[in-house]
Amino acid sequence: MALLTPSKSYPALARAFGENSIRVGAIALDREHSIEMAGELLVASGRSTPEYTESMLDAVAEHGPYIVIAPGIALAHGRPSDAVLEIGLSMVTLAQPVVFGNEANDPVRLVIGLCATDHSSHIDIMAELATFLGDADSVNNVLNAGDSEQIRLLF
Amino acid sequence: MKIIAVCGMGIGTSVLLKMNAEKVLRQLGIDATVDATSVAIARESRDAQIILTTPDLVDQLTGLPSEIVPIEHFFDLEEITEKLSASLL
Repeated sequence: MALLTPSKSYPALARAFGENSIRVGAIALDREHSIEMAGELLVASGRSTPEYTESMLDAVAEHGPYIVIAPGIALAHGRPSDAVLEIGLSMVTLAQPVVFGNEANDPVRLVIGLCATDHSSHIDIMAELATFLGDADSVNNVLNAGDSEQIRLLF
Repeated sequence: MKIIAVCGMGIGTSVLLKMNAEKVLRQLGIDATVDATSVAIARESRDAQIILTTPDLVDQLTGLPSEIVPIEHFFDLEEITEKLSASLL
């Protein structure tokens, strides 16, 4: 089964997703709730403080649902700040799709959280994230995963 | 030639767009750099030939001399290829 085959082709992603940074099958009430969950996972994995979660919510309030970058996929993040302890990613797969208000790409089933310390040092991670999320098989495997360990095997 | 990829903060969405736009440009054999930046900084810039961004942010970027190319699906290299080709070739 492809899902269980370790690929190990995403070493930067494997580092960026810290322990406790992935939650599978979450039930979110709305887009803010799902972004909060992604933020809480960055906090739980030691990459940011709760203030950063607030800035993620502020960003979507200010700039709208553009963070839904592809069908079903949202990338939630705030600005680099003191609330970021270390570069990190988090991931929430949603049991029920959530409408973000993005005409082209709603509803969202996968929320990726991102925190970065500056504008450039996370480039290697973003390059791998672009490849990973651009691969339909990877995204399907993420959405079909029964637990976070199955997702980790994809990195 | 300068192309900028724009999102709210300049660290997430726009960086992913930059990555995929550079892949497409290489395939098209076009020599151009793509810089990722925030809406606030993009509003001050006058030297980009093309601004790549998401449809939701187009309204915040009107009035600039650059051609604005909205991209809906950031991982759809065909969409990016089609739209960049229409602008550049």
